[in-house]
Amino acid sequence: MPRLPDEPPFPQTEEEREAAMTGTEYQHPLMKAYWAQLDTGFKPIADVFEDVMAEALAILTREGLDAYLEAARVIGKLGRGVEPMLAFMEEWPTTARALGESALPEVMALIQRMQKSPNGKAITPFLQTLAPVARKLHSQERMGRYLDIALDLMERTTGSIHGHHTTFPSPGLPDFFDQAPFLLGQLSVAGLRNWVEYGIRNYRTHPERQRDYFSLQSADSRAILQRERHGTLFMDVERKLDLYLRGLWQEAEQLVPYSTAFDELRKPVPYYDKLGMRIPDVYDDAGTISGLDRYRVTLAHMVGHRRWTEAQIADNWSPFQRMAVEFFEDCRIEILLCREYPGLRRIFLALHPKPVEGACDEETTSCLRHRMAMLSRALLDPDHGYGDAVLLDYVRRFHALMAPDESGQRESSTAEIAELALSYVARTRRQSDQLARIHFADTVIDYRDDNRQMWKFIEEGDEEEAFDAKRKIEPGEELKGLPPRHYPEWDYHSQTYRPDWASVYEALHPQGNAADIDRLLLKHGALAKRLKRMLDLLKPQDKVRIRYQEEGSELDLDVALRSLIDFKGGATPDPRINMSHRTNGRDISVMLLLDLSESLNEKAAGSDQTILELSQEAVSLLAWAVEQLGDPFAIAGFHSNTRHDVRYLHIKGYSERWGDDAKARLAAMQAGYSTRMGAAMRHAAHYLEARPADKKLMLILTDGQPSDIDSNDEQLLIEDTRQAVKELDRNGIFTYCISLDPKADEYVSTIFGRQYTVIDNIQRLPEKLPELFMALTK
Amino acid sequence: MSADKEQYKVHQEPYYEAQGKEVALYEAAYRNRLPVMVKGPTGCGKSRFVEYMAWKLNKPLITVACNEDMTASDLVGRYLLEANGTRWLDGPLTTAARIGAICYLDEIVEARQDTTVVIHPLTDHRRTLPLDKKGELIQAHPDFQLVISYNPGYQSLMKDLKQSTKQRFTAFDFDYLGAGLETTILAKDTGLDEAAAGKLVKIAHTARNLKGHGLDEGISTRLLVYAATLIKDGVDPLDACRMALVRPITDDADIRETLDHAIDATFA
Repeated sequence: MPRLPDEPPFPQTEEEREAAMTGTEYQHPLMKAYWAQLDTGFKPIADVFEDVMAEALAILTREGLDAYLEAARVIGKLGRGVEPMLAFMEEWPTTARALGESALPEVMALIQRMQKSPNGKAITPFLQTLAPVARKLHSQERMGRYLDIALDLMERTTGSIHGHHTTFPSPGLPDFFDQAPFLLGQLSVAGLRNWVEYGIRNYRTHPERQRDYFSLQSADSRAILQRERHGTLFMDVERKLDLYLRGLWQEAEQLVPYSTAFDELRKPVPYYDKLGMRIPDVYDDAGTISGLDRYRVTLAHMVGHRRWTEAQIADNWSPFQRMAVEFFEDCRIEILLCREYPGLRRIFLALHPKPVEGACDEETTSCLRHRMAMLSRALLDPDHGYGDAVLLDYVRRFHALMAPDESGQRESSTAEIAELALSYVARTRRQSDQLARIHFADTVIDYRDDNRQMWKFIEEGDEEEAFDAKRKIEPGEELKGLPPRHYPEWDYHSQTYRPDWASVYEALHPQGNAADIDRLLLKHGALAKRLKRMLDLLKPQDKVRIRYQEEGSELDLDVALRSLIDFKGGATPDPRINMSHRTNGRDISVMLLLDLSESLNEKAAGSDQTILELSQEAVSLLAWAVEQLGDPFAIAGFHSNTRHDVRYLHIKGYSERWGDDAKARLAAMQAGYSTRMGAAMRHAAHYLEARPADKKLMLILTDGQPSDIDSNDEQLLIEDTRQAVKELDRNGIFTYCISLDPKADEYVSTIFGRQYTVIDNIQRLPEKLPELFMALTK
Repeated sequence: MSADKEQYKVHQEPYYEAQGKEVALYEAAYRNRLPVMVKGPTGCGKSRFVEYMAWKLNKPLITVACNEDMTASDLVGRYLLEANGTRWLDGPLTTAARIGAICYLDEIVEARQDTTVVIHPLTDHRRTLPLDKKGELIQAHPDFQLVISYNPGYQSLMKDLKQSTKQRFTAFDFDYLGAGLETTILAKDTGLDEAAAGKLVKIAHTARNLKGHGLDEGISTRLLVYAATLIKDGVDPLDACRMALVRPITDDADIRETLDHAIDATFA
């Protein structure tokens, strides 16, 4: 058995032992030297050695080759079996071609770091995807950033129990490397960083979810990916497109985006049907044409079909014939569109491929598509420069059909154009059209829809596909309650929203005994009387006279005479002799949001009543007071049990009177769970926003800081609530917090700025709350 | 006191193209001194029509642009101070009733509802205007007529006419003209060629389609006239349209972009 000079005397692993027994001999001295340099006994390496070396020799320089073999040797000695080495040997030459050989030290550095941490298992996926990643990244600088991201991910997700030893491997790292080529196809490096950052922040302590996230299994992983994608996102321009359809084409159609991110092989094509127009969720800029303009022409093309195309019976035509008819009809539509808005022609022509005449070999390939694309170009572009006689003849005949005659501009018709298309197919038919190899280059016109609306099929189930199967509702399936509403949550680390993070379920609060509330009101009879006096002062008095105005609507005769007397008496007269009127109406909508979390069940300091009972009393008095004033008023309570279950309970609605129903619900008020305030506020705000009032006030009665059991970071929900306050402020809602937490000073001003009161003596709450309300709305 | 009647006359014929029978109908209303209400979106030619009718009937026209701060005394009149006491000054409505003019209250809904109540006694069989502060009851001149204009487009809860006010008027409904007629008018009024005028009208229609979807009001004929005037002066049509048609009507970036695109697509 031939032995290699440097073979280790004692093979350590089983694999190596096995490899040692096989062994290889190379005839060529150079190859022999390389093999020696590699210093390995792995059989699989030996199997491919000559092939990879052939590739490496073609790509790498002399020094590069040495470094390559040395790196391979090191990886082979890591004790991780044959796989990483094999992956490296196969991947590196192409990687080096994309990035340059000088990227190797950085790659090796990361491998060393992984080897020294518990993450050695991730080395193989890292090396396996290195080449596709490099092809996407193109530059060494961006590769460096990719490696930084990977290192960051590794260090922050590698678990440790005793503090200074990292003991558990990062759960998501191998999955991340597996997905990396796909991710980089969708995201810029900066986008990738944000996506990874999100995963680390939210799933660092949760190994299974972390894996789901980094292997793109979980919904939010996909949602974040969607958000970070490059190009013009549909969701960013949706309104513009709606306005475009409405303004320029008088169409109000539902726009339904489809995802292009997860269909690598079968690229979906725009189409429209009864349910709306389907367009991609993102368009990258194409040369000088912006993504938005690409959306616009895609929609314009569909609008054109809806206006001018009549469905044709497809059964008697061959697929080739149908394709030709589609090409001709598409061109007719586009010419009609350009008549409407001449500026569209520039965009159409920029997006329409320009097939090169003669690019397709008619002997060996099917050139039908190429011919049709050329014709399509020629029909739209007067400067097409093609010389084919038949093509020119048909371009002339086509324009003759469309040309204006004595009856004015002609639109021709689908049937007429179809006839021309069929005759073109007959004229230009080639034997080679039947060949399986089809010339595709420069023939795909991606802003055109798939023309499914152009065809009618007489025999059902023959050729068409059932695209939108009807969803059947099973007989037993009934909706219980309202479906949840999803609200985003603010993540202060990244200064972004987590999309659809909290689910809010709303319901009517169960009812109790309304008489309990009446009893409470009776108990506070004296207070009520005092409040009543204050309320009367607040009640709107419609017309108020404003006197002493230099400019006003009317002369205030009393003041005028006084001034006149002053004037005649030689003193300086007061020029403010006019008066005007002001209407003093109250137009305030109020929303009272009650925190119904568990802590309300505690006894208030220095009292035998619980905070809940005191709140009940206070709210009853407030409701009574507001009812007196006549302001529209709603009460709701909330609590939460993780982000998946935020409950929002209606106690009184705006249109309801402060009557027995509302009182009964208030009487049954119960406390439990936690306080996810931001989501509840956003939900309450959506009701308040719908009110027509001038001033909108949201009062929040709470006894503690926002928190929930699924949130480890205290600051997170505080920041989210603060963000919610800002959002509400932007929408013209004034928020005001009444905190019953004596320690509230630490956080409440962070959230509410100066719009809060802390009530230390909770026993006085029933009296304070209505007073506070009146002070706020005076 | 009597104001100079002549100063309120319309001396030059305003350019007005009839859309339908409105000229004859207005003449009939005037013969019988019925109050008239002209409704329609802004810039569609309501004021031009009233001006034209005043010229045609050869009657003085007193126009009052109503606003939120306007009070009853701004219409009726007020006491002013003089060296030796006070002096009464007639408001425009009183003047019109005295001299027998057509009083045109433009955009009446802008005025507060309680203000508009002062016109009530003038608009029914009484045809009188009580000046309670002065202690005088004016009997309207036989030639006096009241016309109000009103734009139902931006109806808010606060800005609507009281039923009691509405039901005192006969009404004309104006709207933007059809594309053909609007093009003709634009071309005649400004001297722009028909083709360019047609393109302007097309852009206006784009914006009018967006009414209620972020635009309170479409591009008015008045703005089209501005744009046409600018183009006629040698301004690049794209710039003229942006300046006269788009920028004035919206601050909404999405709408602005859509209309800009419409301009590019139309004038290419």
